[in-house]
Amino acid sequence: MPSSPVRTQAAEAAEHVDGVPVGEVVRPQSTAEVADIMKDAAVQRLSVVVRGAGTKLPWGAPPRSADLLLDLGGMSGVLEHEAGDLIVSAQAGTPLAELQRIVGRTDQRLGVDEVVPGTTLGGLVATNVSGPRRVALGTVRDLLIGVTVVRADGVVARAGGKVVKNVAGYDLGKLMVGSYGTLAVITEATFRLHPVPEASASTQVECGSPAEATDLVAAVMSSQIVPAAVEIDAERGRCTVSVLVEGTRAGVEQRSAAAAGLIGAPAARASAPGIGLARDGSLLKITTQISSATEIAQAAVQLGLHVRGSVGAGVLYASTDDPETAVTAVSRLRPLAAARGGALVLVDAPAEVKSAVDVWGPVAALDLMRRVKHEFDPESRLAPGRFVGGI
Amino acid sequence: MTESGSVTTVLRRLREQLPESALVTDRTRLRTYECDGLLHYRVVPALVVLARSADDICTTVAACAAEGVPFVARGSGTGLSGGALPHADGVLIVTSQLRQIREIAPQDQRAVVDPGVINLHVSEAARPHGYYFAPDPSSQQICSVGGNVAENSGGAHCLKYGFTSTHVLSIDLVTPDGEQVTLGTRAPDAPGYDLLGAVVGSEGTLGVATSVTVRLLRTPEAVQTVLAGFGSTDEAGAAVSAIIGAGIVPAAIEMMDALAIEAAEAAVGCNYPEGAGAVLVIELDGPAPEVEHELTAVERMCEDAGSFELRVAADDTERAAIWRGRKSAFAAVGRISPDYIVQDGVIPRTALPEVLRAMTQLAEERGLRVANVFHAGDGNLHPLVLFDEARDGEGERAEELSGAILDLCLEHGGSLTGEHGVGADKAKHMPKMFSADDLDTMQLVRCAFDPGGIANPGKIYPTPRLCGERPGKRTEPHPAQAAGLAEVF
Repeated sequence: MPSSPVRTQAAEAAEHVDGVPVGEVVRPQSTAEVADIMKDAAVQRLSVVVRGAGTKLPWGAPPRSADLLLDLGGMSGVLEHEAGDLIVSAQAGTPLAELQRIVGRTDQRLGVDEVVPGTTLGGLVATNVSGPRRVALGTVRDLLIGVTVVRADGVVARAGGKVVKNVAGYDLGKLMVGSYGTLAVITEATFRLHPVPEASASTQVECGSPAEATDLVAAVMSSQIVPAAVEIDAERGRCTVSVLVEGTRAGVEQRSAAAAGLIGAPAARASAPGIGLARDGSLLKITTQISSATEIAQAAVQLGLHVRGSVGAGVLYASTDDPETAVTAVSRLRPLAAARGGALVLVDAPAEVKSAVDVWGPVAALDLMRRVKHEFDPESRLAPGRFVGGI
Repeated sequence: MTESGSVTTVLRRLREQLPESALVTDRTRLRTYECDGLLHYRVVPALVVLARSADDICTTVAACAAEGVPFVARGSGTGLSGGALPHADGVLIVTSQLRQIREIAPQDQRAVVDPGVINLHVSEAARPHGYYFAPDPSSQQICSVGGNVAENSGGAHCLKYGFTSTHVLSIDLVTPDGEQVTLGTRAPDAPGYDLLGAVVGSEGTLGVATSVTVRLLRTPEAVQTVLAGFGSTDEAGAAVSAIIGAGIVPAAIEMMDALAIEAAEAAVGCNYPEGAGAVLVIELDGPAPEVEHELTAVERMCEDAGSFELRVAADDTERAAIWRGRKSAFAAVGRISPDYIVQDGVIPRTALPEVLRAMTQLAEERGLRVANVFHAGDGNLHPLVLFDEARDGEGERAEELSGAILDLCLEHGGSLTGEHGVGADKAKHMPKMFSADDLDTMQLVRCAFDPGGIANPGKIYPTPRLCGERPGKRTEPHPAQAAGLAEVF
């Protein structure tokens, strides 16, 4: 038992991380408390898995063990919002929606979509999930300007800062992005904000199949429309492409009309495209060079998957209920994605699927990644086994 | 020859694998490389390798690794923080001969280039396809993409489009142990740790890039450039606040104060509004209907803030004329002062008026002048501390003022450097911005890449972490480093 002054509770029978039973749930309220817990965990050599809202807890490979579940849900709150400087700092357990509500008071937003409803900032950073608007606003990686982390040995460290432009020291924030809680515990994060645009409009067209969408997607990407998002939503026999434009009222009117003309859509609609992940059973994330996105989507649809994602950025999410289809998709689409400059990760799936395939797939520079992991967490206690190459 | 024993061994190895023309050993020729864009730090390297290929770099680094000899990579040598300052007992690897653009793939918004390719040449090659490379440091006509990667270069337009790290998809890297690895993929969100994100901006301390895959952006449909003259920096600052507050994200907002304008006039005759206490250069780009709307708003906001003269560039020639004054500013200061130090501190933009006033006071107290040129949109200041080395004690006073200005930035929650890098110049200031634990944690990355500490040692971190030891304990600088630094100062 950690001796820190933190409320702890024995894990309920149901508490587990992707099927791995949790020894104990700890709920710290501050970075200092996280540091105390991590120091104790180091002494006792406990494995630690971090949880925010738990919306993506089963993502990645199942950890080898989870002695402590570090629940950051109690560390919620915006620490600083400087509207004039377009920055916000918040605790890692803050729900993204809560942060958006607060910065929204001054007509600002963090430029990431809430792809997984209920997500916290820590979870957002740890899994690097960015939605449709990444085409115009970039990703979590681009918007994160400062982090506070607690290391496996309990040392608290900060990197980056509160100003957008800053090249002093290594950018540890980027190293944390997409690291799935295997390098350190993120306790606070600072982001750059964007103004909420005056207007936005989405234009949609049905185009039969992803393959048939190839030319119109290319036309949009090479146009002067400057889309905020170019999305696809396709299943066997059905494919919708939507183009989102954002800007001033007058500008959006003209640009969405131009987009409608390019893709042959009937008319612009005022709504934004859907941003939820299609997730029923197994979820695959497939990346590719931009021009091959519809080709990959086509291949996934032909295998019987439901595909959604950003064809404007080359990031697709494919899902299926059928375990066999998921296993086939991983083996067939992974080489295709690699040949098109990208990768395929089985983000989430039932145990039978995860155990049948390599969840992460081959990754370049794995040896260097292991060395980084070893420096940060030499005993491999942070979410052991959850990440690439068994890290 | 000043080569130490181990450099001699490295040289012997390299002679077996590289032609004599790729190796510079002559003292006079070695002196050519004794500094980068930061002229007051000079160290003559023991050996210079003029790499002709990625393999040459790999061969050289492997030889250094085998002997434990330090190496420093250098592109065009335009850096302003001494990041490419050579090591007296080490090898300087020059990448400027690697100048091939390997691929322009507009349909994938991508280009693949050698590290020595000049920044501007990427955009020139992409332009016929309707694309460009966004990072645009003022030195873009001569600086290299490899250098941009090392320094995470910004430029005037990073306010809207982000820094080099935003625009690099992948690199081939020779690690400090001489291995070649690819970091990142041609697609975004590569699985695994974002080692690419750690390497970009690591100032050559984690390896040498031998190939860079960059993102290209669509050339904007419309560009409008406004030059606005104001009575004071306060008025100009108010205009910037109004523009940002209105939700407009210009491609660039640059400010120059009276002294900087005077220097630019003297150097390039940029013909800025006469009698201006400050000018703003504001650039808007994007879809034509958006830009027209924003231009109207920006003009009104400048007038409301007190601008007495507004000019909008009618064409690319006029736009270039407006930018000429701004882009020449650093060098131009040489016209009004024999010597100067340029700083790169960053402050939260809203603290601008307060910081400028405090800076003026700090300068007056020391009997010195400071010219200000800065990226007003993101609070990245470039104070130019003017002095005359020939005058007794003025050099020291300027150096001291320069440090005081950085303290001022940090007091306001800012950063030591926005785009020039820490290098050799600001390593000593790092403990003011980061705790010992912060710096120790950053150096865990260093230990993973370079446990022997041979990649550009002495830069960024004032105290190297001895890799493999338990956290919390520290050792003195490596004797070789101490020797290198001894020649620096």
